[in-house]
Amino acid sequence: MTHAAAAHHTSMGLDSRKMAFWAFIGSECLLFGSLISTYLIYKGKSVVGPYPHDILNIPFTSVSTFDLLMSSLMMVLALAAVQRGDLKWAKIWLFATAFLGILFLGGQVYEFTSFVREGLTLQTNLFGCTFFVLTGTHGAHVTVGVLWLLTLWVRALQGKLGPAQALTVEISGLYWHFVDVVWIVIFTLVYLIQ
Amino acid sequence: MTGSRGLRSWLTTTDHKRIGLLYFYTAFAFFLVGGLEALLIRAQLARPNGTVVGAETYNQLFTMHGTTMVFLALMPLSAAFFNYIVPLQIGARDVAFPRLNAFSYWVFLLGGLFLNASWIAGPVFRAGVLNVAPDAGWFGYANLTERQYSPGPNVDFWMLGLQILGVSSLAAGFNFIVTILNLRAPGMKMMRLPTFTWMTLVTQFLVITAFPVITVALVFLMFDRFFGAHFYVPQAGATPLLWQHLFWLFGHPEVYILILPAMGIVSEVLPTFSRKPLFGYTVVVYSGVLIGFMGWGVWSHHMFSVGLGPIADSVFSATTMLIAVPTGVKIFNWIATLWGGTIRGTTALHFAVGFIAMFIIGGLSGVTHASPPADLQQTDTYYVVAHIHYVLFGGTIFGLFAGIYYWWPKMTGRLLSEALGKLHFWLTFIGMNLAFFPMHLIGLLGMPRRIYTYAPDLGVSSLNLVSTIGALLIGVATLVFVVNLWRTRSHGAPAPNDPWGGATLEWAIPSPPPPYNFSVIPTVASRLPRWKTEHHDPMPDPPAAPPAPVHVPGGSWWPPVAALGLPVLALAPLTHHLWLAFLGVAIMLYGIYRWAFEPFEI
Repeated sequence: MTHAAAAHHTSMGLDSRKMAFWAFIGSECLLFGSLISTYLIYKGKSVVGPYPHDILNIPFTSVSTFDLLMSSLMMVLALAAVQRGDLKWAKIWLFATAFLGILFLGGQVYEFTSFVREGLTLQTNLFGCTFFVLTGTHGAHVTVGVLWLLTLWVRALQGKLGPAQALTVEISGLYWHFVDVVWIVIFTLVYLIQ
Repeated sequence: MTGSRGLRSWLTTTDHKRIGLLYFYTAFAFFLVGGLEALLIRAQLARPNGTVVGAETYNQLFTMHGTTMVFLALMPLSAAFFNYIVPLQIGARDVAFPRLNAFSYWVFLLGGLFLNASWIAGPVFRAGVLNVAPDAGWFGYANLTERQYSPGPNVDFWMLGLQILGVSSLAAGFNFIVTILNLRAPGMKMMRLPTFTWMTLVTQFLVITAFPVITVALVFLMFDRFFGAHFYVPQAGATPLLWQHLFWLFGHPEVYILILPAMGIVSEVLPTFSRKPLFGYTVVVYSGVLIGFMGWGVWSHHMFSVGLGPIADSVFSATTMLIAVPTGVKIFNWIATLWGGTIRGTTALHFAVGFIAMFIIGGLSGVTHASPPADLQQTDTYYVVAHIHYVLFGGTIFGLFAGIYYWWPKMTGRLLSEALGKLHFWLTFIGMNLAFFPMHLIGLLGMPRRIYTYAPDLGVSSLNLVSTIGALLIGVATLVFVVNLWRTRSHGAPAPNDPWGGATLEWAIPSPPPPYNFSVIPTVASRLPRWKTEHHDPMPDPPAAPPAPVHVPGGSWWPPVAALGLPVLALAPLTHHLWLAFLGVAIMLYGIYRWAFEPFEI
């Protein structure tokens, strides 16, 4: 347990911030659960094209999925570096995580614009509605994560991210991994199982 | 940067007790607004072919009455007690995240003002009328809420306002779950938690699981209305039933979010005034938890009339009848608590016993809806209106009033007048039965809900007049209560630490408690720490003054600043100004960053 966590006695022995964050993740499961259910309920109900198989680019999205998975690895390395007080590598891994996140978002911007060019918008059909709102909500979560990671990176640059702040980094990592796991579910249900 | 007096200290407060009082006064003000809306509805329906308001204003009145009472009055009145009482009952100095708690309050206040601004926002939208309040009913069924059928800003106010309020509830949900699980005094095991705290915990789990679902439903609606998506547009292949499923997936747990805190309050009031431990504490707690789980499996009983098919109807009928079991168990436990007790007939006890009686009636009419063939005769009639008011007025409001009379001396240091309190109770009791009982008959005789008038030959004119008289009586009763609150400020008898002889920790400290609550954090050895039981002597009260200085968190400006960003952001789609969205996000981010980096020790 880190210094900051040990400073306050808690009934369950788990730091309060971490517990709150787990509750938040539980709540987020219902949010994404509702979005994904809606996608599945409306699958095959579009009355006009383009349909998923016309437009989804599995090779491209596989690359961005791999990119996001690798960012989770970077996140693990960043946390380990912060925990052992290795500021130099903490800076590198935090930036790498955020960078891969930005790359993923870039891929999503490219994907969205190419879909719009091929005639799929929010207004086109139910596939467009559910696809853009589901993946867009996920993208918004990635954006928040990138801002969070860049903030931590700036703190590391300022030399203010020592082992005492490991819990803060750990919680941001929980968030990042969660967003990553959600993407795995979306990638499987939306792209792979058409 | 913050003092202990003056406006600034209230704007920046992070003290759970002050936030509790802010919740109370704000929610009570909204309760009066919602009550006024109800009185206008009843004035319109007092006679056939009424002309007090027109159809459009009537639609707005019943929509805002329901929305206000659920989201701006009952939930935040419960939140007033979560805030004030829960940390005291578990022996804590504050909640787990005091600034997040302040944030929840400010978001609630701003969300409530945002919704109610629609009453006077007509000129801004060149609507030609003053009031453009939401008008599609409190459950806003698709596809009536689509732009095609509701072109004005009315539904926009509703869906954006509810999204703002959802943020408040979710933030409070995380906060109170962690507070109850993690900030318990030494020895306060889970099965020693006071029942009110237990029911708060169950409620917060329902909040954090149910609110994301309605958020998604509202986001879909927002995309439909502002960006031309088709989530609820049948012509595009969508089904408007999606809204009903998502709404009631939230909506039914919401019913328990409204009633469980009141059940918790009653479970505190009855033992104190019967001078007997709660009968079957463990069973009451587990029933509450079970209700929390089962509350997730009954939502389609709101949808029997849409034709889900015999299998779905049968399943949801069975689960609905089943959920009456843990509820019935609680009722028997409360009655058994009174049985053989040394009963003191205080106003709080009057309301608690009134709760049991009224909730039984509401619960029984609820079971009649559980049968699909019966429900088909009742749905969309005044029978359902009667049921919901027996449960939420006879139930939740009675429970909350019991809590107010019980804890007011703790919260303000003064006892409310018992004479005025009993007058308030009897007027409310008679008024509510006059107002809502005839609605059962009105509904079964065929009067649909949400229609602004009725013809004399329907044969419900005199019943409607009785109902209106009852509503007026409730209004008079509420005035008596306001007088009681006002009078108590200066004339109320000063309250000692423990005016009632309560068993739980909040009665061990001064009324009102000092900022640090407990001079010394108590060590709890039994479920009724302040009562003598078979195995335990009463816990000694903490010393009057703390032996060592106690750290109390200072205030912060950043929760209200961050909260301000949300309504600004919501104004962007409402007024079609993109820059407002950037401004709202900028305000929110600024508040959050200042919040994250300000020195603040809990």
